[in-house]
Amino acid sequence: MHYVSEILPSLLSGAWMTIKIFFWTLIASIPLGILASLGLTSRIAPLRWILKFYVWLMRGTPLLLQLIFVFYGLPIIGVIFQRYDAALFAFILNYTAYFAEIFRGGFQAIDQGQYESARVLRLTRGQTLRKIVIPQVIKIVVPSIGNETINLIKDSSLVYVIGLGDLLRAGNVATARDVTLLPLVLVGVIYLLMTAVATFVLRKVEQHYRAWR
Amino acid sequence: MLELKNIKKQFGGRTILDNFNMQVPDDQITAIVGPSGAGKTTLLRCISGLEKTNSGSFILDGKTFDPANNRDNDNVIGVVFQDFQLFPNLTVLDNITLAPQLVLKQSKTEAEKRAQELIDQLNLTGKESLYPYQLSGGQKQRVAIVRALAMNPKILCYDEPTSALDPDLRQTVENIILGLKKDNMTQIVVTHDMQFAENIADQIVRVEPIKA
Repeated sequence: MHYVSEILPSLLSGAWMTIKIFFWTLIASIPLGILASLGLTSRIAPLRWILKFYVWLMRGTPLLLQLIFVFYGLPIIGVIFQRYDAALFAFILNYTAYFAEIFRGGFQAIDQGQYESARVLRLTRGQTLRKIVIPQVIKIVVPSIGNETINLIKDSSLVYVIGLGDLLRAGNVATARDVTLLPLVLVGVIYLLMTAVATFVLRKVEQHYRAWR
Repeated sequence: MLELKNIKKQFGGRTILDNFNMQVPDDQITAIVGPSGAGKTTLLRCISGLEKTNSGSFILDGKTFDPANNRDNDNVIGVVFQDFQLFPNLTVLDNITLAPQLVLKQSKTEAEKRAQELIDQLNLTGKESLYPYQLSGGQKQRVAIVRALAMNPKILCYDEPTSALDPDLRQTVENIILGLKKDNMTQIVVTHDMQFAENIADQIVRVEPIKA
């Protein structure tokens, strides 16, 4: 118990880094993903091609590789990020691509008749999206977004590769120093707690959207 | 009165409507009939502005207007779709009051007051806070009618109003349409059901398929 209280502060500070990356990635990539999905279904062909290429690139290469490229590769062309900013940049780019694909599926599931019905009521395109289409899309995509959200918590451990001190790294350091697996057990427990909270919140969101079908 | 002059509509290379003319007199019921594939629904979609015509003109009360580009004008044409297309994420009341608030800039109270009158008139009292999935087909249709009426259209169009309903509800639809006629609503009804058309219409317009 004494040992646990000794290493807990460093684990919690690592967990804080994990939470920060998780939170900001989610906050940025969901709206960006919606925008990108609108582009993916746009009538402007070059925009579609660019976004398709982007999605292919982001989903087709390991996130680990993307992190390395952003932090070690981009400085070659003069773009220099701090470690933390590099991590956020890579995570947001990567997760936006996944969210864009999820939202694209959601948008395509909406009956064309809903747009027409809004149109004969003379709603503008923006009003139609905001009041009618997006709420229906969100209901459709919540389970898939939930999956990605849980993945994101665990994926955030990849930031060790550019030397950021997150939860897993804190556990690793303690394990190597004290020659015991206990820190890693604690790391596992903390991840489980974080995913439990995320699962709970996601369930609440799903329940909210269960009022209508 | 709405007048259609020399309307032409093509899809790809196929001509659906060619030199089509018709008049929709005020306060009357005009039924559009014809075999399936003849272009009844296409005609309705042109009138309601969902499709652009290739040529021809629409004249409303002596003035030309373009239904496909009519955003700034009054809300001339209301549509009740075959599958109603209620918004599943909104309650009955919100389905009805959304557009009057956003488009006609009515206050919430104003929009709800008018909605309530129409709800009571179409026998939907008590359903205000339900979601569309909780309604029967006939109730959904009445909500769709109320939603269209709440925008104060000059003309109300129906696409196949009997096809998505149980046969015994046909009479109810007839009564609703004839009831609105008494309130001087100009109505256009697309149907393949000749009997139904004869029961309600003051005027029947036939649309025939064009032989290529």
